[in-house]
Amino acid sequence: MEKTVQVVEDVTVRFAGDSGDGMQLTGSQFTDTAAILGNDIGTLPDFPAEIRAPAGSLAGVSGYQLHFSSSDIQTPGDSPDVLVAMNPAALKVNLKDLKPNATVIVNTNAFDAKNLRLANYDTNPLEDGSLSAYNVISVELTKLTMTALEGIDLSIKDKDKCKNFFALGIMYWMYNRPIDITDKWLESKFKKKPEVLAANKKALQAGYNYGETTEIFTTRYDVKPAKLPAGTYRNVSGNEAAALGFITASLKSGLPLFLGSYPITPASEILQELSKYKDYGVITFQAEDEISGICSAIGAAFTGSLAITSTSGPGLSLKMEAAGLAVMTELPLVIIDVQRGGPSTGLPTKTEQADLLQAMYGRHGEAPVVILAAQSPADCFYMSVEAARIALKYMVPVILLTDGYLAFGSEPLKIPKFEELPEIDIKFRTEKEGYYPYLRDENLVRPWAVPGTPGLEHRLGGLEKKDVYGYISYEAANHEIMIKNRKQKVDNVQKLIPDLRVDGDQQGELLVLTWGSTYGATTEAINNIRKKGFKASHAHLRYLNPFPKNLGELLGSFKKILLPELNTGQLAFLVRSTFLKDVIQLNKLQGQPFKVAEIEHKIIEVLGGSNGN
Amino acid sequence: METNINVGEPEKKLTAKDFASDVDVKWCPGCGDYSILAQVQRTSPDFGEKIENIVWVSGIGCSSRFPYYMNTYGFHTIHGRAAAIATGVKLANPKLQVWVATGDGDMLSIGGNHFIHACRKNVNLKVLMFNNRIYGLTKGQYSPTSEKGKVTKSSPYGTVDWPFNAIKLATSSGATFVARSLDRDTKHLQEMITRASKHKGLAFIEIYQNCPIFNDGAFSSLTEKETKSDNVILLEHGKPLVFGANKDKGIKLDGFNPVIIDLNDGVHSINDCFVHDEFDENPTRVFLLARFTDLPGFPAPIGVFRQYHKTTYDDDYAKQIETVKAQKGIGTYEKLMLSNNMWEVK
Ligand code: SF4
Repeated sequence: MEKTVQVVEDVTVRFAGDSGDGMQLTGSQFTDTAAILGNDIGTLPDFPAEIRAPAGSLAGVSGYQLHFSSSDIQTPGDSPDVLVAMNPAALKVNLKDLKPNATVIVNTNAFDAKNLRLANYDTNPLEDGSLSAYNVISVELTKLTMTALEGIDLSIKDKDKCKNFFALGIMYWMYNRPIDITDKWLESKFKKKPEVLAANKKALQAGYNYGETTEIFTTRYDVKPAKLPAGTYRNVSGNEAAALGFITASLKSGLPLFLGSYPITPASEILQELSKYKDYGVITFQAEDEISGICSAIGAAFTGSLAITSTSGPGLSLKMEAAGLAVMTELPLVIIDVQRGGPSTGLPTKTEQADLLQAMYGRHGEAPVVILAAQSPADCFYMSVEAARIALKYMVPVILLTDGYLAFGSEPLKIPKFEELPEIDIKFRTEKEGYYPYLRDENLVRPWAVPGTPGLEHRLGGLEKKDVYGYISYEAANHEIMIKNRKQKVDNVQKLIPDLRVDGDQQGELLVLTWGSTYGATTEAINNIRKKGFKASHAHLRYLNPFPKNLGELLGSFKKILLPELNTGQLAFLVRSTFLKDVIQLNKLQGQPFKVAEIEHKIIEVLGGSNGN
Repeated sequence: METNINVGEPEKKLTAKDFASDVDVKWCPGCGDYSILAQVQRTSPDFGEKIENIVWVSGIGCSSRFPYYMNTYGFHTIHGRAAAIATGVKLANPKLQVWVATGDGDMLSIGGNHFIHACRKNVNLKVLMFNNRIYGLTKGQYSPTSEKGKVTKSSPYGTVDWPFNAIKLATSSGATFVARSLDRDTKHLQEMITRASKHKGLAFIEIYQNCPIFNDGAFSSLTEKETKSDNVILLEHGKPLVFGANKDKGIKLDGFNPVIIDLNDGVHSINDCFVHDEFDENPTRVFLLARFTDLPGFPAPIGVFRQYHKTTYDDDYAKQIETVKAQKGIGTYEKLMLSNNMWEVK
C-alpha cells in the first residue's frame, strides 16, 4: 500500500509508561534525533518522585513530552498530538492533556485485568468506546517485541525491556526520522553487552518496519528543519547547560572551579555533570550535607577558586546561615538553586518559582545578594557564566535561580565562540603596600588576597569588621557604614547589567512582565495574541536583584502590568514594594509550567477580550 | 617505611613573635586558651611552613577567636562549620597547611557531622579541640563533654546526658592521628602540636582546657602538683603504662579490661604492664585506653593514642585530577562544547 507523507509545521508527542519502562530514555532519543535533523525543540520530562513506584499504578506513570518544529519554538507544547501509552495507567493519566483528535498508540498487551484495575478502569477503554474521539492505534507491543527478539540469548524480562525501542521505532517511521542516530547511541552505550545491544537495535528496527508494512498506519508526517540562525548547535538540558556555563566561566577567569554540593532533586545533575570534568581541574566535593556544601565552597573562595554550590529549595534554606557569612566576608560565591515545589519536601520532581523571596530575604540580618534567573534550558549556560562573572567581579554571593522545568527540559544551544562570551578578568591582590582587607575600589569592591600571598596575611570572619581595616569592630556607626556598603555594592551591580528590553511597543496598554522559566510560554502567547490582532508588550527579567535600572521607568510607561508566576505573587510583591506600581497577577501552583493558552487567555481577558477591530 | 611527614623548607628561622598578630587577646584572665595560644606560637616556627602558607580556621566559641591572634591567614567562620570550611580550603589549595581551632560544643555538637566526615575522609587538617566541658561564650550551659549529672545554668538539676568521649569518636570516625594534652602541661602540649604539624592526614588533639569562669577546676586533679601523678598517665611509644608519684602503679590487661596494679605488692612487676604502641593500626588499643576516662579511679591518658598512615583525601583528589588530565589532555572550551548530539545550521 502506498503511504503518503504529509508535511506539518510542528508536533508535540508524549511518551508515557511505568517509571521502569524507559520513557525518559525513549523521549530523549527522539529529541536528539529531531535536534540533529535541525528541528527546533522543547522538552518536558515529567516523572514521579519515587524511583520505581508500583508497576502499573497511576502514581508510577512517567512521561516525556517533546515539541519539535520547523519554526522557532519556546515551549514543550501545550497539548500532545500523539501519546504513546505503554499501559492503562499511562493512558488514564495523560488522556486529559491531549489535543482533540489526537493519535494514541497503546500497548494492548498491557491492558489486562490487573493493569486495568490498577489504573481504576472498570471496563477496558480500548473496547468500551470511550476513546472514540481519538485516533487509537492498538499495537501488541510486548508480543511483537518478543517475536522480533526470538533467537537472542536474553531472559524474557530483559527482552521485555526492549519494547520501548519498538515503540520508538514506530514513532521514527511515523515522523520520517532515521533510526541510525539511536543505533549509534546504543552501540556506544552497550559496547560491553552485545546481546542487549543486538536486542535493542532489533526492537528498534522491528518497530520501524512494523510502521512500514502494516496497514494500520496510512500516513507519515514530516517536520522540516527549523530556520535557526547559522551555527553549531547541541541539545542541552538546563542542568547540563549550567554545568557547562560554570566550566566556561572557569576557563574565562583562569580560576579553578570548585563545587561543594549535596545531592538533591532536581539539582543533582549539576554535581554529576561537573564531576566528569577532572580534565578541566574541576573539583566537585560531594559534601556530608547542604551546609558543608556551601561552607566548603566558601573555604575554596577564600583560597581563590571560582566557588559554586548547587541545591534546591530545602537545601537553600540550610545554606542560608553560611550565605550570610559569604555576605559578611565579601567572598565571591555562586549558589545555584534549582527550584522545586515546596514548602518542605513538597514536590521534588515538579517545578515552581517559589524561592524568589527566600533568595531575596531568607537570611538573618541585612544580607543582600545578587539574584539572577535563567529563562530557558539553554539560557542556564549564559546565566551561569554571568553569575560567576558578577560574583568574581564584585566579590559578592550570587544566587542563580533555575527550576525543575528548566533543569530537566532541553532545547538547542547555539554554541557561542569563546571570544563572544564576556571577559572575566580577575586580579588577586599581591602588593603589600597600602593593603587592607576591606579597602574598597570605586564600586566598593574589596581586594581578594588569597592564602599563600606573602605579606597579606589577614583574618576574615563573621563578626562585624572595621571599615577599610578589617579588624573586629562593635562600633555603632561602623556597623551602619558596613551595612550600607554591602547594600550599595550589590546595587552597583546595576552598572554591569543590561537595561531591560521590551518586545513590542515601548509604552501602551499592557506590559507582560516575566522572570525565569515563564519566558517561553509567555513569548509564544504574545506571538499568538498578536496574530489574533491584540497588542501587548513583553519584558523578561533575568536580573532580579538589583533590577535593571530602567525597570521603574518602563513600568510607568504602561497602563497595566500582567505578571505570570509559578508562585502566589513573589515578583509581584517585589515590584509593588519597590516601585509602588500595582500589577495584575497570574499565578499557577500545580508543579507544572504555564501552558501557552493559559497566558494567552489571561492577556486577552486583561485587554478586555477585544482586539479593538 | 612509608613517610607520613609533610616536607617544606622555611627560608629563615621564624620565632614565636612572627606568629603573633597585633590584636589584643581578649580571653578572660586565667583562661587556659592563653597557654594553648602561646604553645602554638612557640611551635609554629617548627611546622616547616612559610607564614603565608598557614591558615587557621575556626568556628564559634571562646576557642574560635584563636585565628585573630595568629599572624597567619585566618578564618573565623560560623558555629560548627570550621571543619567544612577548612576542608574547602585544603581541597582547593593543598599547598596550604590548614589548622582548625575549635571547642567541644563547636566541634562535637553543632559541628559533629562535619567533624566525623573530615575524619572519615582523612582530610589533611590539624584539629585542636579545646575541651573545657562547658559552653563558655554563651555563659555556662553544659556541653556534649560535660560529665553526667553536671549542674550548669541550663541543667539546674544536673544533666541527664551521657558525654561524648572525643578520642573514641575521632578514632572510630577515621582520624589518623589522635592525641590528648593539657593546657597546663606546656612541654607536652608543644610536643603534641609539633607532632600533629608533621602528620599527613587528619590530626586531632583534644586539649583539656580550664575555663575559670564557668567550669573552674574541671581538670585540676590532672594539673595540680599534688594530684597530677595519680590522675594522669603519659602514653609513650614502646613504654609500659605506669603512673603515680613514685611510678609505683601500672596498668595491665585482664582479657580486654584494664586493671590497676600495685608495682610494689610483690606480686606484680613492670613486666605485667601493658606496653603502648602508638603506631598500631588496630584501633582496639585506642578504645581500651580512651575508656580510662570513663572508668572511676583510672588515670587520664595524655599523649598520642594512635598515629598511622592512610592516603589523604586532598592528595587522592589531586592525583585523580592529574591522572584524568594525563589520560584526556587538558580541557579546552572547544572540547567542552563538543557533544555527540551536535549539528550544524548553515
Ligand atoms: S569563658 Fe571560659 S573559656 Fe571562655 S574565655 Fe572566659 S575563661 Fe576562657
